Amino acid sequence: MSATVTFLLDGKAIPFQDGDTVMDAALRAGEYIPHLCHNPEFTPHGSCRVCIVEVNGRHYSACTLPAAENMNVDNSSEAIMAKRRSLLQMLFVEGNHICPACEKSGACQLQAVAYYTRMLSPHFPHFFPRRSIDATHPDIIFYHNRCILCGLCERASRDVDGKNVFTISGRGMNSRVIFNSDSGKLGDSELSISDRAASICPVGAILPKSKGYQVPIGQRLYDTRPISLVGDSNIRRNDKT
Amino acid sequence: MQEPPDSIQQISLTAPPWTDDNESIATQETHPGYALQMHQAESFINELLARADARPASGSLLQYLCLIQRQYSCIPETTVHVLAERLSIPASQVFSVIDFYTFLHRTPRGDFDILFSNNITDRMLGSQALFGRLCQILHVEPGVPRADGRVTVDWTSCTGLCDQGPGMLVNGIAVSSLDEKRINEIAEQVENKTPLKQWPADWFEIKDNIQRRDILLSDQIVNGSAIEALINKGAENLLQAIEQSGLRGRGGAGFPTAKKWRFCRDTKADDYYVVCNADEGEPGTFKDRVLLNSYADNLFEGMTVCAGIIGAKKGYLYLRGEYLYLREALEETLQQRRQSGLLGNNILGQEGFDFDIDIHLGAGAYICGEESALLESLEGKRGIPRKRPPYPVNQGLFGKPTVINNVETFINAAKIAVFGADWLRAAGTEQSAGTKLLSISGDCERPGIYEYPFGTSVSQILADCGAADTQAVQVAGAAGTTLTADAFERSICFEDLATGGSFMVFNQQRELLAMVKNFSDFFRHESCGFCTPCRVGGALINDLVNKVMVGHATQLDLEEMKNIGSLMQQASHCGLGATAPNAVLQTLEKFPDIYTARLANRSFEPAFDIDAALAPSRKITRRDDPGAHIAYEPEQSSKP
Ligand SMILES: Cc1cc2nc3c(=O)[nH]c(=O)nc-3n(C[C@H](O)[C@H](O)[C@H](O)COP(=O)(O)O)c2cc1C
Ligand code: SF4
Ligand code: SF4
Repeated sequence: MSATVTFLLDGKAIPFQDGDTVMDAALRAGEYIPHLCHNPEFTPHGSCRVCIVEVNGRHYSACTLPAAENMNVDNSSEAIMAKRRSLLQMLFVEGNHICPACEKSGACQLQAVAYYTRMLSPHFPHFFPRRSIDATHPDIIFYHNRCILCGLCERASRDVDGKNVFTISGRGMNSRVIFNSDSGKLGDSELSISDRAASICPVGAILPKSKGYQVPIGQRLYDTRPISLVGDSNIRRNDKT
Repeated sequence: MQEPPDSIQQISLTAPPWTDDNESIATQETHPGYALQMHQAESFINELLARADARPASGSLLQYLCLIQRQYSCIPETTVHVLAERLSIPASQVFSVIDFYTFLHRTPRGDFDILFSNNITDRMLGSQALFGRLCQILHVEPGVPRADGRVTVDWTSCTGLCDQGPGMLVNGIAVSSLDEKRINEIAEQVENKTPLKQWPADWFEIKDNIQRRDILLSDQIVNGSAIEALINKGAENLLQAIEQSGLRGRGGAGFPTAKKWRFCRDTKADDYYVVCNADEGEPGTFKDRVLLNSYADNLFEGMTVCAGIIGAKKGYLYLRGEYLYLREALEETLQQRRQSGLLGNNILGQEGFDFDIDIHLGAGAYICGEESALLESLEGKRGIPRKRPPYPVNQGLFGKPTVINNVETFINAAKIAVFGADWLRAAGTEQSAGTKLLSISGDCERPGIYEYPFGTSVSQILADCGAADTQAVQVAGAAGTTLTADAFERSICFEDLATGGSFMVFNQQRELLAMVKNFSDFFRHESCGFCTPCRVGGALINDLVNKVMVGHATQLDLEEMKNIGSLMQQASHCGLGATAPNAVLQTLEKFPDIYTARLANRSFEPAFDIDAALAPSRKITRRDDPGAHIAYEPEQSSKP
């Protein structure tokens, strides 16, 4: 057998295969690198930048960085954690995230990664954008307020469901998700509750209707154990619907 | 994989309806932008597709949208659905593209769509007062079509007329050298519904303004001679000559050109592309405008040589939307080259040497100058930078190996092919062979184009262009370097001050914070929105700059600007976000007084701005007098 090639993640040797990113190899080895727009099911995106790591004084998103032998990756210094906190704070103030009033609270990756990085406040002034809700779909409700533009719904609908229901539109701070239907309403699109796109959202932007508070607060995914141990809420699980 | 677009160049982009002499201008109730029927949309799009003689290809989406926008002064919803169906793409993709590009609109603009260039150099020449004056005499609100649908007046990012500003675009066509008299006359033409074609021709005259020539601009080559050199010497030898010449990219980053071409040539594929980056969006840059106007043959020659070396059959010139007025002449040049056997099949009689070039028009997005965003745009998508790897030389346009170079780079390559490596080597420095075109504007007596050997000092350049009493020079545009007087001995070259060519001069009387604010506004407006640090960080830092401007900022806010700026530099996905905070960070360091002089005398001030919060009330009560304000209010453009 040929010797396995490795790189160092916080000093620990991580084996990797040809074509792996740092994120791929770390997740396979059971190591956690905080992330939001990444999901192993889909091609890497690199937009949220929360998986920022430092290699040789330069910064990269771990989800798009090809693994290379003997590379020395800083994934958990206070400096890196501080950058991640700032990025998360930016996401919080950009939208309207009223966690106590959100059905996703406790199973939300944005919230869970914020806890993990010890983010204590939004720090930056809120933008308080005026954003709408689309409740036209019989089974699914869409809250633009909570969308962090991770692009997962777009990728899931296009690449798994073959439907192109979601598209990120616009530019800069005016970017937003739009729906592919004649009226532009979600209810007129081809989205079905069993679509991959309907369960991919890492935050509370895409939620099933009439399922409010089925899991009581206190028993939710991240209520007792951190995301670094539990993993993403939006990966395919056998034990969850 | 999507199919590459076929040519749609037969469509004339220079004949919007308002230029037809007998065109009656629609009022809002009958405006096709609101009332276009399905059958009308269908027949117009059929006409577009038929005239284009093109296979429906989503790659041409942006081009079709530009044409629809020109026809209806917006993209009527009915056309979106017809187009989506014909191109077999989701309607939401069409909408997402419309919402991305500044020059495309879902609702109608005025019949005369007037956009003032918003670069700091235009402002220094008085554009704000002229903007205000035009709005006043036409009775329009900035960015809002007048009730009769006649006109809109708005701002747009730098239009590349900094040497003869203030500049504007009227229905996409550039007008230069604005002053009060011209503004009054423009208002008159608008009120009289005078078709653009009948406006005085001298308003549309854009001068080359070449002030200093060196080898690139003076040593002329005969059309076809570079292609002949390629045929005679062979691809490998010519590539080696370019290698030996030391040619590096002129778009700013300075990547060795021969290396890029070789990477592409060595990638196995069935198709290759050559793309020329003529997006020239960096504020203060206008040298490509001049090259496209007077050296287009050399450019196409350089692209053809590149095609011969890498094996490309197809090339694209990505022309920024602001340079629409150059398009017709460029098409003519291409046509002449086809007739002379310099483009098309069997170029110069060489069996199998087939290559042709299409012009693709941008639509107002600085990010599309970034090479991978440019490729996305060429594929009919929003201009979102791709992740790297893969690099364009391996997987570029439609996934095929692609060379992307700046206009000036291709022209250099063409001349090296004829004159040899030493021609370039004779000028410049060890690591920066040859010359660089600078676009000089701002506080100097002779703004314009200056060609200098690499290694020329800033002080020499300032002396030549007639700049006196200079406080600061901004090299390489809004994303570049702010130089204080003690750095004027530094020189233009890749070892020291790398630049795409923007060179803006500020004298001692200038308020430098106005420059910082202008650049920060620019980046907020131009961020593609893909990644968090640039999208949100750019907006936060822009709000803080405005807070300083109105005298509400404290020392704490300055620290905050540094933190956000450094995060943007480190964490952004592409060069735009990574360089966007440069002007803020550099002036904080080199010109701290421009900030501290305006600080509120407290350690903390809330971010909440009561005056800004009153804006909706002012709008409802139609008041804008001093009594309706609590402090200064920054002006804003109406699109993203
Ligand atoms: C935000 C951004 C904008 C850019 N704009 C331009 C441009 O307008 N023109 C250009 O030639 N290069 C521009 N570039 C650089 C291109 O990405 C690319 O490096 C260049 O076109 C390569 O050509 P060259 O090697 O001939 O310089 C830009 C880069 C960034 C990050
Ligand atoms: S709706 Fe959810 S999945 Fe879609 S882009 Fe927004 S945050 Fe991501
Ligand atoms: S840095 Fe800015 S322009 Fe570049 S990808 Fe990120 S948001 Fe887009």
